[in-house]
Amino acid sequence: MTDASLPDAEITLGRLAEKMRGAVAFDAMLIGIHSGGAWVAERLGELLPGEHPVGYIDVSFYRDDYAQKGLRPKLASTTLPFEVAGSRIVLVDDVLYTGRSVRAAINELFDYGRPESIELAVLIDRGGRELPIQATYVGARLAVARNLSIVLQRRLDGSLELSVEPAEGAASA
Amino acid sequence: MRNPQLNGAGELQHLLTLEGLPSEIIGRILDTAVPFVSIAERDVKKVPLLRGKTVFNLFFENSTRTRTTFEIAAKRLSADVINLNIGVSSTTKGETLLDTIDNLVAMNADMFVVRHGQSGAPHLIAQHLSATGREHIHVINAGDGRHGHPTQGLLDLFTIRHYKRDFHALTVAIIGDVLHSRVARSLIQGLTTLGTPEVRVIGPQTLMPTAVESMGVHVFHDMRKGLADCDVVVMLRLQSERMKGALLPSAGEYFKHYGLTADKLKLARPDAIVMHPGPMNRGVEIDSAVADGSHSVILPQVTFGIAVRMAVMSILAGN
Repeated sequence: MTDASLPDAEITLGRLAEKMRGAVAFDAMLIGIHSGGAWVAERLGELLPGEHPVGYIDVSFYRDDYAQKGLRPKLASTTLPFEVAGSRIVLVDDVLYTGRSVRAAINELFDYGRPESIELAVLIDRGGRELPIQATYVGARLAVARNLSIVLQRRLDGSLELSVEPAEGAASA
Repeated sequence: MRNPQLNGAGELQHLLTLEGLPSEIIGRILDTAVPFVSIAERDVKKVPLLRGKTVFNLFFENSTRTRTTFEIAAKRLSADVINLNIGVSSTTKGETLLDTIDNLVAMNADMFVVRHGQSGAPHLIAQHLSATGREHIHVINAGDGRHGHPTQGLLDLFTIRHYKRDFHALTVAIIGDVLHSRVARSLIQGLTTLGTPEVRVIGPQTLMPTAVESMGVHVFHDMRKGLADCDVVVMLRLQSERMKGALLPSAGEYFKHYGLTADKLKLARPDAIVMHPGPMNRGVEIDSAVADGSHSVILPQVTFGIAVRMAVMSILAGN
């Protein structure tokens, strides 16, 4: 299901990269939160000037809904091809909503070491925060009903696409 | 009757045996173990999944290695772990198994890891917990009698998949004391469920269970014939007490016929891997040159064993 009111993912990605250009440290590591954030991080790595190593994080082991929902069936490995201790990091996610995934990601990163700094870049900020977390860089802000979730997909050619789907249960992004 | 390991929703509630465990559940455990492997390489070798949970390692039979890997797995999941070597405490004072369990439940246990000399003991504990309305407490079989050792079977499967990617074209040989080996039983069940086309057991007639063919394996008494074209060679530990009975003539004689040497290993495929559940008897079932050689994946098995046990514990505790 697509929605005419949704912004185009590629244009939004361009805007996000524009805001980050010049503001992000030249050597900052881009760490994408699996799976949508990982795609955005890869694309930002190409769009931003300088050398930005890209890493991936799966926050399943740090989620706060494990006691209610158990472990999710499909897990990816966290892969950080660099030292976290002392690095400048930009966490990247597709959609910022409750802030719980970002909380989990920050906790996980600290188990790898003490970073110099962490910033947050998101393609879409849909409001609805349940934790005091805000993004440093935002592609687009958007209000969406609570019973819907915004889903990022990657087409075969590598381009990104946004769609709206019914939210599963009381899922939080 | 539903599989006693699964809850009403078909999710894994206890891990008691690999027999009859659906391939999707085995596959999910193996998949989940993959990201746990890398946790051991981090600064902080811990994730918070089982924070606040209490895991009891109940060892009615000694096993330093299995107990240690379960303990490490639970600690890396942030659980509190209590080790009880019950062989030397309560039962010698006359307490029954289920009384021991009830006492530990009264201490708010969340999970039991059970090693017992009697086949079916973990099963009995799981049934007792269900019958008394405490099915939220999970049971993991860490080896029961001659019956099974499901986490060892799973770590063997994980190791095979890690090196060989897929089970659908593999020839696997399991060599030695199959009769007394719960490791062999669990591995055969897992390999069969995952669609391994050729599973062989190799050993003397006296160490083969009767009707072992009914498990879907081919029996060889000549090790050289059985090793031909194998992708995976699993050596079993020869327990020294077997030598005292009438089952075997001597360790030297056994090594001559069923010990794995570099010379015999040449009959397997050039990229074959050699596995052993440990602890090894060098010079009895395996030659040192093979145990320490380039085909050996015996130490990676130990490392993977921790990740697999973390996967099992975190899937169970979430269900």
